[in-house]
Amino acid sequence: MSEQIEQALARKYEAGFVSNVESETFAAGLDEEVIRKISAMKNEPQWLLEWRLKAFESWQKMEEPEWAHLHYAKIDYQAISYYSAPKSMKDKPKSLDEVDPELLRTYEKLGIPLYEQQMLAGVAVDAVFDSVSVVTTFREKLEEAGVIFCSISEAVHRFPDLVKKYLGSVVPRSDNYFAALNSAVFTDGSFVYIPKGVRSPMELSTYFRINEQNTGQFERTLIVADEGSYVSYLEGCTAPQRDENQLHAAVVELVALDNAKIKYSTVQNWYPGDENGKGGIYNFVTKRGICHTNAHISWTQVETGSAITWKYPSCILKGDNSVGEFYSVALARGKQQADTGTKMIHLGKNTKSTIISKGISAGDANNAYRGLVQMGPNAEGARNFTQCDSLLIGDQCGAHTFPYIESRNPSAIVEHEATTSKVSDEQMFLCQQRGLDPEKAVSMIVNGFCKEVFKELPMEFAVEAGKLLEISLEGSVG
Amino acid sequence: MLKIQNLHAKVEDKTILKGLSLDIKPGEVHAIMGPNGAGKSTLGYVLSGRDGYEVTDGQVELNGQDLLEQETEERARAGLFLAFQYPVEIPGVSNMEFMKESVNAMREARGQEPLSAAEFLKKAKEACKQVHLPLDFLKRGVNEGFSGGEKKRNEIMQMILLEPTLCILDESDSGLDIDALQVVADGVNSQRSPERSFIVVTHYQRLLDYIKPDFVHILADGKIVKSGDASLALEVEKEGYAWLGEAQEAGA
Ligand SMILES: Nc1ncnc2c1ncn2[C@@H]1O[C@H](COP(=O)(O)OP(=O)(O)OP(=O)(O)O)[C@@H](O)[C@H]1O
Ligand SMILES: [Mg+2]
Repeated sequence: MSEQIEQALARKYEAGFVSNVESETFAAGLDEEVIRKISAMKNEPQWLLEWRLKAFESWQKMEEPEWAHLHYAKIDYQAISYYSAPKSMKDKPKSLDEVDPELLRTYEKLGIPLYEQQMLAGVAVDAVFDSVSVVTTFREKLEEAGVIFCSISEAVHRFPDLVKKYLGSVVPRSDNYFAALNSAVFTDGSFVYIPKGVRSPMELSTYFRINEQNTGQFERTLIVADEGSYVSYLEGCTAPQRDENQLHAAVVELVALDNAKIKYSTVQNWYPGDENGKGGIYNFVTKRGICHTNAHISWTQVETGSAITWKYPSCILKGDNSVGEFYSVALARGKQQADTGTKMIHLGKNTKSTIISKGISAGDANNAYRGLVQMGPNAEGARNFTQCDSLLIGDQCGAHTFPYIESRNPSAIVEHEATTSKVSDEQMFLCQQRGLDPEKAVSMIVNGFCKEVFKELPMEFAVEAGKLLEISLEGSVG
Repeated sequence: MLKIQNLHAKVEDKTILKGLSLDIKPGEVHAIMGPNGAGKSTLGYVLSGRDGYEVTDGQVELNGQDLLEQETEERARAGLFLAFQYPVEIPGVSNMEFMKESVNAMREARGQEPLSAAEFLKKAKEACKQVHLPLDFLKRGVNEGFSGGEKKRNEIMQMILLEPTLCILDESDSGLDIDALQVVADGVNSQRSPERSFIVVTHYQRLLDYIKPDFVHILADGKIVKSGDASLALEVEKEGYAWLGEAQEAGA
């Protein structure tokens, strides 16, 4: 039976094509000069250049972290190109009609048509290709509601006060090795501001695509939800199939002011590498949100791609009664390695957090959950509930759980539950006896296992996530 | 319909079926009784093609096709249904979702269009009522937290929905209360037809009062050692299986 499951898991990566787009790409290598060049390309104000240079200075003094349950050859940061943009983007197309059709085709092929009339109603998209944002849709409709949704490079010019105030306010410039690197070299990303009391009239989404060879992608996303506002934000990503590993080191900062709510969903499907572990994206991401009084941040992630995933979307529950949530499905198969989880930092009174983590390991993959729940001295009446489930498919893979709990307030309550289960021969037999082929059986069992997380995703995304798992688990069954 | 000849099968190097033969015609109900560990469940698994059950000798034909050549799911789509002695749970997958996939897999194999969600729901509700399960069982995870008796009724519900041609019921009566026994028997009887055949594995003659078998077989030590009509079950009820030892010794 396990042989059948393995075959059912044979990989197939559908987003692995390369787009034939002429690009302007920096030579590989990183020094102060490169950072100045990036900043100049973007015509940035002096303060931002200085901010980048300070980040670079800190990064040079830092050591790459080694505590994660991950094994990979040292990354050569001088072998990476830090900027690549389609040439056609040089003189900033004003409308979609001016955008290189090859770029539009790329997104269409990925199932993300950028023409508004063809899009899912109710979802605005910012499409980021290598280092630059290609287009942001539905801007007018959003601006009518006062919602700002644009690329971060544009925001630097149009909304300098907001950017200056919040950039690095949640993830400081030198927070960690990868965040410092990102701060020094970030090229683009999305910026969102929801004004006081406004409920964003549509879902906002960013779609990241790495295309160019030997380039890293370092995007930076900043979302500010002003008092009493609400936004649901979706993030998706893919990359071509290449033999070399590519680095993706992003930073996402969320600011939820009093009574605001931010729902941030990710479906991560970077190229995972081939069956021998060749190629694939190294995904080192820092995501963190801060909740002011009564605010609410909910992270939902479905991680199926990348050769390596290092990612801990976190919440700082600073304000009283604020709420943090983390719902995660991480699938690792073949030679993939995932070390992911969350941090819930309870500072305010009566703060609540919920962590639901579903790890699925198949093939030779290793999947680790790493979570920190910290109850500060003032976190009177704070509560956390953590549930951490692992599902093993086959017997070569591993699941590891590293829960850290630090409580400095005796009235705080922390609950942790963990289970490990297998896709059993009995379950497979039942499904097949009822006429389902083994692939369908595995994907159905896995989907069932992920149900609690999928129900947190916005509808269209839930369907996509389900399909993605199915594709990830698909293969030729003899 | 089903023709089993000299079937030998082993699990993990242990030979369990040792030359079993059985001939079932369309519309017939065959009861199989026999002591614990005789190989009754194994027969069901071998016929449905469970992994790990290796056929070492013999032939099986279902509707003229070589059954043993086919994958588990192909056998199911060809009309073979097994109601499990111990139904397994699939957490998070709703009964409804599971059965819809399953029904549509069968329909596809028969060249029929898949049922729409509404059509399926209607059928599922009827089947649910027929086995006296509350409708919320359709929403619950497959067998998740079901009581023993509920699991058995859920198996019968699946049988009703899937419209198989050969139904193997492995102790679908054990663990049932008197009313549930009646429900299960009614469910089975409602499905009896000139085209559909049943193998009913049971330890108790009582079930056979409700589901009248055409034949009763005693399976012991991997073989059919005695066949007869319904009265054989009464005999077993009275005498148990003590005579088996003597019969086998006499035969040896
Ligand atoms: N995986 C296995 N490894 C070793 N022996 C097995 C295995 N599976 C079944 N057996 C053995 O095969 C024999 C037949 O088992 P089976 O379940 O078919 O019996 P049964 O007739 O259905 O019994 P019961 O009336 O108790 O349900 C038993 O002795 C059992 O222990
Ligand atoms: Mg049995």
